[in-house]
Amino acid sequence: MTTETFTAEPAGIPIVSLEGVTKRFPGVVANDDVDLQIWPGEVHVLLGENGAGKSTLIGLLSGLQQPDEGRILVDGKPTVIASPRQALSLGISTVFQHTMLVPTLTVAENLLLGARWWRRPDKESLRASVDEISRSLGITVSLDAYASELSLGEQQHVEILRALIRHSRVLILDESTSMLSPSGIEELGTLMRQLVERGMAVVFITHKLREAASFGDRISVLKLGRKVGEIAPDRFSRLDEDTLISEFVEMMFGKRSGDPEDVPRVPHPDLERKAPVLAVRGLGVTPTAVAPGLADVSFELRPGEILGIAGIDGNGQKQLADALAGQAPIDSGTIELDGRPVEGTPVHARRDAGLRYLTDDRLGEGTVGSFPVSINLLLKQIGDAPFWRRGIEQRAEIDRRAIQLMTDYDVRAPGPHTPIGRLSGGNIQKVVLARELSDGAKVVIFNKPTYGLDLANTLATRKRIGDIAVGGKSVLLISTDLDELLGLCDRIAVMSRGRIVGIVQNGDTARTDVGRLMGGLAA
Amino acid sequence: MSVDTAPMTSGTAAPAVGRAVFHRLLLTVGPIVIALTIAGLILLAVGVNPLTYYGYVIDRGLLSPTGVQQTLTRMAPMLFLAAGLIVAFRAGIWNLGGDGQFLLGAVTAAASAPLLVMVMPVWLALVIAFVLAALVGMVWSLLPALLRAYYGVNEIITTLMMTFLGVSLANAMVKLVFLDPGTTVPQTRTLAVEDRLPRLFDTTISSGLILGLVAVVAVHLVMTRTAFGLRLRVVGANPRAAVHAGLNVPHLTIAVFALSAALAGLGGAVDILGVQGNVRADWNPAYGLLVIPMVFLARLNGFATIGFVLLLSVLSIGGESAARRIGVPNHFTLVLIATVLIVLAIVEYVDSRYLSARRS
Repeated sequence: MTTETFTAEPAGIPIVSLEGVTKRFPGVVANDDVDLQIWPGEVHVLLGENGAGKSTLIGLLSGLQQPDEGRILVDGKPTVIASPRQALSLGISTVFQHTMLVPTLTVAENLLLGARWWRRPDKESLRASVDEISRSLGITVSLDAYASELSLGEQQHVEILRALIRHSRVLILDESTSMLSPSGIEELGTLMRQLVERGMAVVFITHKLREAASFGDRISVLKLGRKVGEIAPDRFSRLDEDTLISEFVEMMFGKRSGDPEDVPRVPHPDLERKAPVLAVRGLGVTPTAVAPGLADVSFELRPGEILGIAGIDGNGQKQLADALAGQAPIDSGTIELDGRPVEGTPVHARRDAGLRYLTDDRLGEGTVGSFPVSINLLLKQIGDAPFWRRGIEQRAEIDRRAIQLMTDYDVRAPGPHTPIGRLSGGNIQKVVLARELSDGAKVVIFNKPTYGLDLANTLATRKRIGDIAVGGKSVLLISTDLDELLGLCDRIAVMSRGRIVGIVQNGDTARTDVGRLMGGLAA
Repeated sequence: MSVDTAPMTSGTAAPAVGRAVFHRLLLTVGPIVIALTIAGLILLAVGVNPLTYYGYVIDRGLLSPTGVQQTLTRMAPMLFLAAGLIVAFRAGIWNLGGDGQFLLGAVTAAASAPLLVMVMPVWLALVIAFVLAALVGMVWSLLPALLRAYYGVNEIITTLMMTFLGVSLANAMVKLVFLDPGTTVPQTRTLAVEDRLPRLFDTTISSGLILGLVAVVAVHLVMTRTAFGLRLRVVGANPRAAVHAGLNVPHLTIAVFALSAALAGLGGAVDILGVQGNVRADWNPAYGLLVIPMVFLARLNGFATIGFVLLLSVLSIGGESAARRIGVPNHFTLVLIATVLIVLAIVEYVDSRYLSARRS
């Protein structure tokens, strides 16, 4: 397969090339038989949704992880990239999404990190080489500024500069535009062009279709760990932007045939005529340094309806779920459950009123790993009769309840006293499902319910979500998996930067409409 | 450090439980034996026969009639401090301010009890003195509690700093405010021996021991058997899960500080009302920092804590005698305890490495 590619490519050999690389994590195949060539003088765009395997691929290239199958060739020679240090010495530098500068050190000190420990840091020659590089690239970097004083764009410049000082040949930019302003993005695009003109190879990872089309020379699309398409430079340069984008959408969001995850959607008729059970109007949350906020989020949810929330991870989905559940304060807006305002009420009052929330972080937030399954099943009812009487634990009642729920939800565990942290992800999910769906649930918020589950548990969870809606309950389904949303939802809202940028009725054109909204384009 | 290791499971297969208990016992007793050996080598190096030293310590701390009575009496304040630490550590809060809270509680009890007995029955005066000491302890923890609950300020630093302030304040109060006009040495009024906590039967053991035991057992049961204790443990084991479960984490945090500090204050009061009778200026037994390792050695289990506090008490009473007779400095007790802790940590690490290696 490689020989064919070789003849089709320009002269020479790629700097780095992956051949049939597969990387597995427990329960997930992160990269599945991926072939990829990184050529000098090219911006190679890696495009894919969350969970498509981009981060793992970068991990393999930067020496953080080792492939389970397949091999990596550097300059045509099979090479094991055993550590980040070795990746650097091979000329592969990575600029991660969140910059890796030490905030309390100056730019110069940051650039000098990683030298041999017995050498005296040579500031003078550093200054000379930085001057030369930054002049030729047209960027200005103050060596004496503290890293914490720099804007995110400037921090990225420093990291790129570091790669150049180390004479890197491959520069990997991991979602570098996600934190940048529009002008910063343009600047980065220009910079990438200059770097490839010097003969470097740039690997540019992004979610954004427009950036991919305007900055790339070659593009590879990843989907669920597999490489599903590539557009080589000769074809790339011949196509105009809109054609490129529609090809990207087709490759990224196109329907797979014979997919075991494919579930026929059961439409719920007569939704329009029912009164909404959950009405959210003008919800606003101020963004913080580490989390996006929410702005003017409004939607209604009717009994029996499944409303999907699509969007790239980290665009306010978690904040929306936390705000609805009462875990985080809101700054503005109203939340009505069954016509009653609940925005001022605490978590347990909303739960008692029938609002349930299944968090995406099952072990970090949803359960206490060292506590037994039985207690985790009652984690949101601590102190309630009949499990506690006058504040005293009633072990028999707690155990009886646990055993019953474990049977009903098919939780496979040695017993109700097993610490929940010892169970598999699928069984932990069943415990959380049992806790949230029992006793009077009306509206259930699912945040990435199948994230990290194996196929059988994924399908079981999806079936349960469908069944809940058939039973007349409402579901808010937050997911980054478009196929999951298309398979289950009645309507799909797309979130971007804390706003709902559009709500799409699920149907034949929903796939492309949602895909375009997610890619930052109007539907 | 795993905060929640108390067995909440029950009724699994008996041999497995037996093996687990044996394993736990080995992990607890083993390091102590190793540490005694290491400390013995240190003793050898300074020219003392370790067997003589250990024998003397055990004899004076545990076997001789006066020694064992002193040992049991000294357990009382330590048990209260331990109870306070169990509450805090199980809830994931590092109240290291026990000594400040203890000493202020002691001064409060010493200042109030001699005056109260003049106007009311002795039992009522003692109860009120205990309550006042608990309240003062709570007040001293309020600032770290609020800072931690609402601003996330690390309580290790704040409680330690409050201890420095508390110890100095307690001394200042003794010298300036509560000075006994009847003596020339700076100390508070002395509570008459007949007004102190009664002694047990015909011994010199203070009934404070019973109060301390009750406190530790009560705390253990509250933490393991009640909804309140479970809420605190959830906060301690996974604060994000606590928020997710709708627990009011700030309120629970303040409650933990209040309980922990009140118990420390009671510890001060029980030492004064049961044994000392007054507070002399510059008196600071610093039991709080000594008890912390014991509570961890006991893995926050109340019953095990009682055993370790007994050990600490034997070592400190015996060590004091040995210092006078054999010439080994009193601080050697601390060397011994520190060695136990370090060995324990190493054994724990090796054990978990071994377990995970065997599992995979």
